[in-house]
Parts: sequence; C-alpha cells; structure tokens
Amino acid sequence: MSASGAGAIAREGTGCPEPEILRQRGQREVFCGLTSIVWLHRKIPDAFFLVVGSRTCAHLIQSAAGVMIFAEPRFATAIIDERDLAGLADMNVELDRVVGQLLARRPDIRMLFLVGSCPSEVIKLDLSRAASRLSQIHMPQVRVVNYSGSGIETTFTQGEDTCLAALTEHLDTAPADERSLLVAGCLPDIVEDQFRRIFEELGIGPVQFLPPRSSLALPTVGRGTRVLFAQPFLGETAQALAKRGAQLLPAPFPFGAEGTALWLKAAADAWGIPDLEFRKAIAPRRERAQRALQHYRETLAGKRIFFFPDTQMEPSLARFLHRELGAELIEVGSPYLNRQLVDMDLAMLPPGVTISEGQDVEMQLDRCRAAQPDLVVCGLGLANPLEAEGITTKWAIELVFSPVHGFEQAGDLAELFARPLVRGQRLRV
Amino acid sequence: MQLTVWTYEGPPHVGAMRIATAMKGVHYVLHAPQGDTYADLLFTMIERRNHRPPVTYTTFQARDLGGDTAELFKRAAQDAYERFKPEVMLVGSSCTAELIQDDPGGLAKALALPIPVVALELPAYQKKENWGAAETFYQLVRTVAGPNAPAPGVERAPRADGARPSCNILGPTALGFRHRDDVTEIRGLLEKLGVDVRVVAPLDATPSDIARLGEADFNVVLYPEIAHTAATWLKRTFRQPMVTTIPIGVNATRDFIEEVCSVAGIGKADALEAQSRLPWYSRSVDSSYLTGKRVFIFGDASHAIAAARIASEELGFAVVGLGTYSREFARDVRAAAEKYGVEALISDDYLEVEQRIVELQPEMVLGTQMERHIAKRLGIACAVISAPVHVQDFPARYSPQMGFEGANVIFDSWVHPLMMGLEEHLLVLFRDDPEFHDDAKASHLASVEGTAERAPQAPAPTPDAIIVWNPDAETELKKIPFFVRGKARRNTESYAREQGLGTISVETLYDAKAHFGR
Ligand code: SF4
Repeated sequence: MSASGAGAIAREGTGCPEPEILRQRGQREVFCGLTSIVWLHRKIPDAFFLVVGSRTCAHLIQSAAGVMIFAEPRFATAIIDERDLAGLADMNVELDRVVGQLLARRPDIRMLFLVGSCPSEVIKLDLSRAASRLSQIHMPQVRVVNYSGSGIETTFTQGEDTCLAALTEHLDTAPADERSLLVAGCLPDIVEDQFRRIFEELGIGPVQFLPPRSSLALPTVGRGTRVLFAQPFLGETAQALAKRGAQLLPAPFPFGAEGTALWLKAAADAWGIPDLEFRKAIAPRRERAQRALQHYRETLAGKRIFFFPDTQMEPSLARFLHRELGAELIEVGSPYLNRQLVDMDLAMLPPGVTISEGQDVEMQLDRCRAAQPDLVVCGLGLANPLEAEGITTKWAIELVFSPVHGFEQAGDLAELFARPLVRGQRLRV
Repeated sequence: MQLTVWTYEGPPHVGAMRIATAMKGVHYVLHAPQGDTYADLLFTMIERRNHRPPVTYTTFQARDLGGDTAELFKRAAQDAYERFKPEVMLVGSSCTAELIQDDPGGLAKALALPIPVVALELPAYQKKENWGAAETFYQLVRTVAGPNAPAPGVERAPRADGARPSCNILGPTALGFRHRDDVTEIRGLLEKLGVDVRVVAPLDATPSDIARLGEADFNVVLYPEIAHTAATWLKRTFRQPMVTTIPIGVNATRDFIEEVCSVAGIGKADALEAQSRLPWYSRSVDSSYLTGKRVFIFGDASHAIAAARIASEELGFAVVGLGTYSREFARDVRAAAEKYGVEALISDDYLEVEQRIVELQPEMVLGTQMERHIAKRLGIACAVISAPVHVQDFPARYSPQMGFEGANVIFDSWVHPLMMGLEEHLLVLFRDDPEFHDDAKASHLASVEGTAERAPQAPAPTPDAIIVWNPDAETELKKIPFFVRGKARRNTESYAREQGLGTISVETLYDAKAHFGR
C-alpha cells in the first residue's frame, strides 16, 4: 500500500495474470466525443472547433459546457437542415460558406477543426476531404483538420484521442537521431509547467507537449521521439504516433504520488538516469505529495468505491484510490479498456475487483444498489438520482476539467473524492 | 446548414422527454446514439430531479449500423417494458436514428405490447424542442383520451344544476420556466373562483388522468407552446372550450379571471386581489425612477408578450424591443410589437439578438438566460422571464410568474437589478473618493462565472462614422450618469444627423437635450 519502490512495482505490473473482465453491451449512459471540445478549446486558444452535425450536437455541447460564459466561444455547430438532406443545397458548398462566414468573424483563428458527428457520418459527408479542400483555400492563414467526435464512434474522452490522432498527421518530422520527449494528452498549463521543471532538473529533454498551447507551434515527431501519455484514453493517438516512428514509454498514469513517480521514472529510464539519482531528484516533491494525501486518508481509507464508465481514467484512478488512500474497490467500469495503455494500472488493482468494460446501465445500477457503495463515481445524469437514494456520488466530468495530474495536484485529486463524503458527514438536514 | 453558437431550444425529442419526464407511468424508448443520453442531465442537474427521466436509449454504435439496429431497438423496447412496466410507451427517433429509418413505431407495434404505444414522428432537421413537446402531448392525448371521445356531432351535456364548474390545466412540463409554482398559484386562484381542477397535465399526470381529460367543462391553456395543439383537438373532439389568456401580470390575471368566469358561467369572487402588491408598489413614489426605462424583451412568445404588457402598463417602462425565438408564434409577437411601435425580432440566432441589444442600448433586458449573459457583458440590468432555463430558474422558494403572487414576484425580480444599477451609479459618483479604487465593481457584477473570453464591447459604435464627437463634448458626456449616458449619446447623434452636423460639440449635446427632453 505504501508508495515506495517505484521501479519495482512497475516491473511487477507486466507479468500479472489476465484480470477477469465483465463485458457489457446494453444501454450506455455516457457522453459522446464532442464533449471533449469543452476542454480542448481552452487548451489551444487559437483553434476553433466546428461541429458538423445536428441541433442535438449543438445542444449537447452547450449543456455539457454548463453556463454560457462566453459571448462567442471558440466552438460552434454547423447544423445540417432538411434542405441539405433533401439535396436542395450542396452540403459541401454550404460547409464552405459556413466556414467562410466563421473565419471572417474570427480573424484570430489559426486552426479550424471540422468535427464529425453521428449525422455527418451516417450520411457519409466526407469531412476529411472537406478539410483538405478548405485548407487549400485558407492556408497559410488557417489550417483545417478533421476528426470524429461522433457518438457512434467515440465516447466522451475519446474525442480528445481522435483530435490528437488527427493532429499527429500534421506534425513535422523530427530528425531520427534527435531524442526528445513528447507528453501527449491535454494538461492544464500549470501542470505542464510543473512537469517541464521536473524534466529539466532531471536533464530530460527537449520536452514537447501534444496538444500544444498554440497551433502555430506544433511539436515535431520522429524516430527519436519518446512518448509519455498523460491520459489513458489516447489509444488512437498512440497508434498514430507509433506510425510516425515514436516510441511509447509504458507507465502507470501520473495520478497521486506513486503514479507520478512511476510515470516520471519511465522517462528517466529512457534517458538512462540512475535510479538513485532519480529518487533523490523527485524526493522532495514526492514527499510533499504524500503529505498532501495524508489529509484525506482518514476520510477515504476503507471506503467502498464504485466507478461507472465515463472517462477511461477509471482503472488509473482506482489504482490511486486503493494504493495511496486505502480505499476499497467494488467495481471499476470503463467505457473501453485500452490494454496497451492501462495494463500497468490494471495490474496494480487488488484481486477481486470487478472490472467492467462497456455498459448496460440498468444492470449496472442494480449491481450498484446491491453493493451499497460509500462513493459512486458517475456521470451527471445519474448523480442526483443516486444521491436521492442515499448513495454519495462524485461527478466523473470534474476529473477531466480539474487539474489532477502530478505531485502538486495529488492532494487536490484526493480532495475531489473526499469532498462528497465530508459533505455527507457535515450535513444535518 | 446554419452556423449556430448557442441554441434557444434543443431538438424535438428533448421536448418529448419533457412530457415523458413530467408524467408518471410513461416510458420513452428513444432510438439514439450514446451521446444523446446527455439530455438526462438537463432534468437531473438543472431541474434537480431525484429520478432519471423515464427514457431508454438504444445507444447504437457504428458497428451496429451494418448489422441490425432495428433488432437492437426491439430488444430495448421489450426490456424497457419488462423493467419499468409503464402504462403507456412513447417510441421515436433522435436526429441520427431518423437518418437510418428504422421505423420505431412499426417495430414497437410488432412487439404487440399489452399497453398503448405512441409512435412519435418528430422531424429533427426541421423542428425544435417546444414543437416536439407540443406534438408529443397531442399524440399522447389523442391516443389515450381518444377512445373516450363522444360520437362526432354529439353536443356536450350542460353542467348539472348546482354542480361546480370544472377544468383541466394544460401545458406545464418538466424543465419548464416556473411551471411548478405557476400551477400551484393558478390552481388556488381557480378554486377561489369556485372552479374545480380535475387534471393538471402533463406535469404529474398519469395516463389514467389523460384518459379522463374530457370530463372537465373546459381547459385552461397555461402554456400554449406546449398545450395549444392538444387543447385544440380536445375542443374539437370533446367540445371543451379553452381559456387562452395567460395570467402573467396583474392586468392579464384580471382578464384571465374574467375569461374563466364567462366560460364557466359564474360570477366573480371577491378579495382575489388582497395579496396583490404590484399596483401599489408601482404607484409608490419610490418607483418613480422606473418611469420610461427602456427595456428590451426576448423569450418564448407567451412570456415575451406578457412581459411587454407588464413593462408598459404596470411598471411604466418603455418597450424598445420585443422578440421571440418561437417561430410558431411569430404572428402573435409581431402583433404585440406593433402595439408598442417596435419591430419584432423573430430569430433563434443568438448573435443577432446580441446585435439588436447592442444597437438599442436598452437600460434593461428582460430575456432568457442567454440574454442575461449578453446583458452582463454589456453592463445592462437584466431579469430572466422565460426558458431556456438554468439551475437558477428552479429556486427553492415559492416563486410563480402567474397570478397576483406571480406579479409580486415579477415586481421584485425586475426592480431589484435596477436598484443594483443605481448602486452602481453611486459607485461612479464616488469613484474619485479615496475609499474607492478605480476598478471597484458593483457587488452584483463581481464575476462568479469566470471571465468572458471577449472583452466587453463598448456600447454601440456610431453607425455612420461621419459624426465625430469633439473632445470637450466627449468629456461632458462622461459626466452624465452612466445609466442615461447611452441614451444621451444616441439622442445627440440622431439630433446631429437631423441637423446635418458633422461634429458634436458641448453645445450640440445641450441642444439635443433641450430638443428631446429628459
Ligand atoms: S451522440 Fe451523435 S448526434 Fe448525439 S450529440 Fe453526439 S455526435 Fe451529436
């Protein structure tokens, strides 16, 4: 349970027997990939996300974004209407017109993502061709990139995956003999800067991030690139980067003190940094993270936790809750288990945990009610109804919106899980 | 294809969900991809409902498309029936399922479930949320109440001597703007008048309630956006007259009472207005600063029209703009706008609404949550009068919009932001005092929702760049309290234009002031 011996555990993880997985195919209660636009657009301030879809798609993003705080957000929907479907209007001509209208309004935009939806995919509107056509029109001012955020292809965080995979094709090739580290997955700037400082101290570099903060400063990729994934849901991105010759560094994900140490260790090993030197270098931060976690141990130790499938981060978060905070795990659901990326985290889960992939929400609710967990991590549609039944919940969506990676956020991550429990103890009404 | 930043209404199947969720004993099986399940959160988060909406989604995926999505639908409908045992089932398609044309109605029929199944055809690329709600309610009423309809041509039997008149209240739904409290208020009012309320629908109604809709003497259509279609059918089929005055505001409530009494054939009750405070509050001298406040009004048709009447007749405001996103009721809003001498804005394009507000520079915006954001960015006072809703529109306290208490609530909620506006004015006056630093903000403007991405725009640039303010005039303008400054600028510019002046001097400013008064 203690978070020491980073190196040893990482090795242990690889030789484990196959965990048993409950595969379910029924009603899924999850967002589609369009939802990830809500955080992606904030990360790349000169990019615009144009969904080509229906009123439903527009309504989804608006509802997931919660409050409309922006006059003109950097996302919008080109809503397909009956004229388009009836063939009265040529959809490609229409799309070109809408994009022209949009770019005229927003001269600050340097990259335009054309995001595919269920309707655009069902009618087989070829957005990748549209993207190259529009790129030709609007380059060098604006680069146009296409990816799918549709609900028939992607679940919630997978929208970030398809986005980054598409972006990978636009990265320049780095010289093969140039070793560099690429961190893939959206991280808040503050977390990025923390990691950058640590890598610098360790002598690991140069370090690049995907997505970049500006679409004019895309990272490069080549045979010398080593990739650390900041998020477990980036399966397609992993494939796309591998295709470009990059080498993936397998590691558990940087949640908690132990997780972060193991994650950094994967890079340190790739750079041939001696173990002792590595431990010494990260020790102060790691200890600080452990101290921060200490506040929440009492609240979370022994608590029985049930994860509904939302973000694909579930196995990694479960590992953190169990090993670093002593929580007990009942079910760890994930919309999709990307074995290549989450195997090490899965291997660190205790025996006897139900690991489920996919969903049949009614059956899962039955299991959840039968288990009466102390805390359920679930989506916004289920949270209040479960609370009304007396079951404490944590919204999964907060885990992708809040800074939770790395040593300095380990305490914050624990606090996110502890807060609903603490609140439950406080309330006397 | 239409470029859309924010939408006032969701797709039509969300309207159907509002009906299903409002009711008991109804289950909706929706052929839709997984992402469409987001709609559950509208009810569980925004409205804080303690139950999931009674909706089963088939959540088909790309890999199902080649195979048998129809089979998937049938299984989902069968499972939903067995698990939830509803009295009535609604079936239909979302936008994506509409494209794959599986015909949920036919598939459900093939299952031969032992309950009525209503097949909804809600064209998602053409219609929107309110239409979807109205159509769903209508289809449901037809299916469930239809079998009890009298033979065509048979007149309604007159009410038995001495029997109390009775009515149904139609229109309140889940996720409606203050529907919960409006129903309480209007039910109370009707009972004081001596009218029994038989059924309220769809909110909290069961299919058996729907089946006996025809028993009441008449229908009160509180929300025509939802209930007009169904009430029209009931009128035709059951010969039930309908009361269509929407009792929002003191005068409208009085009209409503009159209409109810005449339809029910009863006399007016006394002391109904005992708790009505708006008329006196509005006459009290403290309210004199409300005189002629320029308001811009936007919302669903019923709430926008009602707000315009209150603003003009009951608070003494000047209506400078009136509009709606409900195209179905555009005609009514145009007619109302004509009364106030303004051109109606019929649009569901948020950017167009923003543009109009910027142009008109009202002193207050009465709108939806969307206009609240516009007003906030522009620093204009604002009150919310209509859906689309936000979690704030479901207050814990009782706060109807309808009836006399509703008018009291409206008085408070509209006047309050203007008072705050005055507080802001004082801040400006005392700006140079040492207690205030330059960027002190009025407390209600302290941002709790993060910062806007775009810097707030300076209100309305001069439309034609030919007119120039000279620096002295500009300085003088800044001395005018901010809440009339916009008006002063506009008046001066239009005066200059009239006079054919290219430059505005201090003299022009005061000439214009004399010309326009106030
Ligand atoms: S699931 Fe499909 S149709 Fe629904 S919002 Fe997502 S992309 Fe649009």
